[in-house]
Amino acid sequence: MQQPSDLDKKNMVEKAQIKGIREGLLITVGEGDWEQVHASLLEQLDEQGSFLHGARLAVDVGTHVLKAAELGKLRNDISERELTLWAVLSSSPMTEQTAQTLGLATRIGKPLPEYPAARPDPNLQSGEEAILVHRTLRSGSSLNHAGHIVVIGDVNPGAEIIASGDVVIWGRLRGMVHAGAEGDENAVVCALDLSPTQLRIAGHIAVTPQRRGKLNPEKAHLVNGQVVAETWDPKKSK
Amino acid sequence: MPAKVVTVTSGKGGVGKTTATANIGAALAANNQKVVCIDADIGLRNLDVVLGLENRIVYDLVDVIEGRCRLRQAMIRDKRLPELYLIPAAQTRDKSAVSPSDMVRLCNELREEFDWVMIDSPAGIERGFRNALAPADIVIVITNPEVSAVRDADRIIGLIESEEKGPARLVLNRIKPSMVKRGDMLSMEDVLELLAVELIGLVPDDEVVVVSTNRGLPVALDGKSKAGQAFRNIARRLEGDQVPFLNLDDNGSFFDRLKSLIRPGGN
Repeated sequence: MQQPSDLDKKNMVEKAQIKGIREGLLITVGEGDWEQVHASLLEQLDEQGSFLHGARLAVDVGTHVLKAAELGKLRNDISERELTLWAVLSSSPMTEQTAQTLGLATRIGKPLPEYPAARPDPNLQSGEEAILVHRTLRSGSSLNHAGHIVVIGDVNPGAEIIASGDVVIWGRLRGMVHAGAEGDENAVVCALDLSPTQLRIAGHIAVTPQRRGKLNPEKAHLVNGQVVAETWDPKKSK
Repeated sequence: MPAKVVTVTSGKGGVGKTTATANIGAALAANNQKVVCIDADIGLRNLDVVLGLENRIVYDLVDVIEGRCRLRQAMIRDKRLPELYLIPAAQTRDKSAVSPSDMVRLCNELREEFDWVMIDSPAGIERGFRNALAPADIVIVITNPEVSAVRDADRIIGLIESEEKGPARLVLNRIKPSMVKRGDMLSMEDVLELLAVELIGLVPDDEVVVVSTNRGLPVALDGKSKAGQAFRNIARRLEGDQVPFLNLDDNGSFFDRLKSLIRPGGN
């Protein structure tokens, strides 16, 4: 990201850069204390007045790590100016996740790809990193990650998880899950209760059959192009 | 005493938000609490009808926010319960007439004077919902024992958590014990297993509710109705009392009916 080179150092915070993109406007905010950055951004929007009226904004918050309340306030303040905040770009996975739970996009320029193409960042090799999510994913929340995903909590129907690597759910998996989303056929999905609405591994899709018998932790993987779920057996695991 | 702001919401429409707001509000007012109900469903107002106050509306919520009248002037006092007031929604405008910070300001003004501010949220997850949620201290999520309503409740609970207004409390409305028993309806356990939030009320399906809603007489004021009893219990739980849940297992045998005659209104 380009920062203005000769900025007036006396200014407490750098001014945000506003530029037009295909999806609306992209605003890149400066460094510094978030409250000041926030205030200065609003001031700038007010200065522009009716010129921006009705615009769709994507805000690149850079390295700021923002909580839900801060992002929510930003969205409210922006909507009060008759503008729409639709995306928040961030280099912090935490902030990206928070933005996603608020229903904001975290990527621009790439419209949602056709199924079953992969959505995660292609720069990261599968298996390079994993994220740990310690909460229940409720309907409407979406977790997207180039790498592995581990959730401690339930994944409710209506929630979706898309990973380029493996997915491990320490809880009930009832939502949609896509492992190996970039085409990795060796990806696996494990859950204490494996009952997803739909399960995808690479380009293969399966739905959960009616459950019979007692509940066991299970692992789903591909065998000759078929998604197979097996009861977790510690003796068989490598 | 500064009021508690309670927002009643559901995500899905038609599960009983307005009925619940009216009845919990009425039940609190009947316990000598000072209550104001706000209808945040601008453009599709209903709370005035359910409370039977439709013909007394002069000013509404949008008039207050846009400064056409004082807050006092928009508050309609219920004649049956002198401690119950209503601020109706505008019917000729839409949700964009109000912003979340308008609602916060309005509620802060009301907090000084009342014990409870009850907000009836519109269905959906857009502006209207955010308006209703912004000032809330307590959020009550209403759902029915149906898969679609529970799914929407789950989504709403997630949004409430991400706005840091949680944990939400759940009211399970319109339970038909006979259907649950036959396994044709989700049971309380099924719903709670998925939603994993605190239950604050179980309301049985009751035809009396339809009648009382149409007449504008809150069922909570009807001593005989089981649904009315359930709403009164929710009000008491909000006030901090420990109230056991109603036993909805109404198997209707002669002996049970005899018992309920001997202990009328027993829990």
